[in-house]
Amino acid sequence: MKYNWRRRLAPYLFISPFFVGYAIFFAYPMVWALYLSFFKKSGVGSIPRFIGVKNYLNLLSDELFLKALGNTTYYAAGSIFLIVPAALGLALILVAPRLRWRELFRLLFFSPNITAGVVVAIIFRLVFEEDYGLINNYLLAPLGIDHVRWLREPLAIMPAIILMGLWHYTGVNALYFMAGLQNIPSEVKEAATIDGATRWQVFRYITLPLLRPVLIFVLTFAIIGSYNLFGEPSVLVGPEGGPRNAGLFMTMYLYLTGFRFLELGYASALGYALALIIFVLALLQMRILGVFRED
Amino acid sequence: MTTAAVTAAQAKHLSRARRQGWLEPGLLYLFLAVAVILTGAPFVYMITGSFKPNAEIFSYPLHFIPQMPTMVNYRRLLGGHEIPYVHQFGNSALVAVTQTLLTLLFSAMVGWGFAKFEFRGKQVLLLILLATLTIPFQITLVPLFLLMLRIGWLDNYLAIIIPGAISAFGAFFMRQNMLAIPSELIDAARIDGASEWGIFWRIGLPLAKGALSVLAVLVFLGSWNDYLWPLIVLRSPDKFTYPLGLATLNGLYKIEYGMILAGAFIATLPIIVVFVVGRKHLLNNLTVGAIKG
Repeated sequence: MKYNWRRRLAPYLFISPFFVGYAIFFAYPMVWALYLSFFKKSGVGSIPRFIGVKNYLNLLSDELFLKALGNTTYYAAGSIFLIVPAALGLALILVAPRLRWRELFRLLFFSPNITAGVVVAIIFRLVFEEDYGLINNYLLAPLGIDHVRWLREPLAIMPAIILMGLWHYTGVNALYFMAGLQNIPSEVKEAATIDGATRWQVFRYITLPLLRPVLIFVLTFAIIGSYNLFGEPSVLVGPEGGPRNAGLFMTMYLYLTGFRFLELGYASALGYALALIIFVLALLQMRILGVFRED
Repeated sequence: MTTAAVTAAQAKHLSRARRQGWLEPGLLYLFLAVAVILTGAPFVYMITGSFKPNAEIFSYPLHFIPQMPTMVNYRRLLGGHEIPYVHQFGNSALVAVTQTLLTLLFSAMVGWGFAKFEFRGKQVLLLILLATLTIPFQITLVPLFLLMLRIGWLDNYLAIIIPGAISAFGAFFMRQNMLAIPSELIDAARIDGASEWGIFWRIGLPLAKGALSVLAVLVFLGSWNDYLWPLIVLRSPDKFTYPLGLATLNGLYKIEYGMILAGAFIATLPIIVVFVVGRKHLLNNLTVGAIKG
């Protein structure tokens, strides 16, 4: 009898660390955040004052929020149209038959990804340095392009952050694509080649459609990643995003609102708004890429 | 279509495609060489920069090789006059190792529960666990901070380690790997009178060693490199983890860049060790999620 109830109870005890921990440290705070988002609460000791949906309405006319939304979208676009294609290109090169030192290349291209964001930003402050930086001196000067003020000119800050992202994240995405490419049976491509398909046609009509699951994964995380960006831009250009907040991202603004300005109610609303945006974007993208298609 | 139907021209076409892949070999290696330089140069510049006096970092023309190699940056950084960097590095190690061990324990337990038991509500609970993966962490940032304040965990590593050890990803990852452990082994142990915890500890854990080491590498890297949450909950400089220390240096001493580079390089060394030791696990398992989509 004793044996029996112990065996029935065992699985619940095994899974309890997650559910108890999640309830205390995540579920309860989430409910609390929803509650707080309808209050004005400035400073940790203050008494919250109910203001209804005003926090959410204020977001719509908050210049810094809109700025952060714009910058985050800008980076997401850079991610989708620059970093992801670069990763796919690199992966296509790395799966070439009879490539030598393939493992070594994989290791090297992956290494930026495991470097701390703070360290990456510290390195890239030197890369983007106006007078003594690597890009201005080694890449632009030979082309006759005058020194770009990467971290001081508001228009140049976003491109700089996207280039830093290109360095940081191309390798890991290439790894995802490589895994996907290696999963495509070579017979399929060979059959098409025998039937006279060009390399581009093989890529466009066979490789790319078969890569769809990986593409969905990579693009979804590209979008989520731009909303999570915090350490790199805040160390590269400062937590306010540099001149005219040109490099202010969503999570940086959340941090400023909640932990610098201590507008805790407003920051809670911001957190929910952010989650909603990520959710809608992810769904939208999966729809476009046909995750819900029946095939 | 039979083999005979493949014409000579088609066969030639095919063998060429097989041999070359997408690009001519020369062009392929050229592309790779450019990519290697672009990836490697910033690393090399960080490392060599840490051995340059500050005046040389900000001088013209640029040099990758230090012209006046010096250890002064390391001496000043490790001397601890500007920030207690050695101490902060140790803090990071303490937090990352503890968080990794606790995450492994919790994840293995939860994974074991879902993989090797039948119980009421299992499917629903598993769905709930997976659903939590879709919730962005930004929602809980403010109230989690208030909770830490209320229970007195601000400026305490528990605030990082305990919430950090609750990992839906880790639990699911362990479940997927533990499904393959044969139930016959477990039944045999039960008949021999082993306790459920004993079975988990002596059969489950050893048989999931591979998955545990993958998870250990991923959790350690995540914890070692984390910046946002420690920035929110840690208050005193001697409690800081190294990313906070580096960010402080970066904000305070813009001209002391050699020292900052030295700190960045030192912080990267443990990652290199973990990476070299765990590279097979890491590179091969990282992509599991992507393929299954």
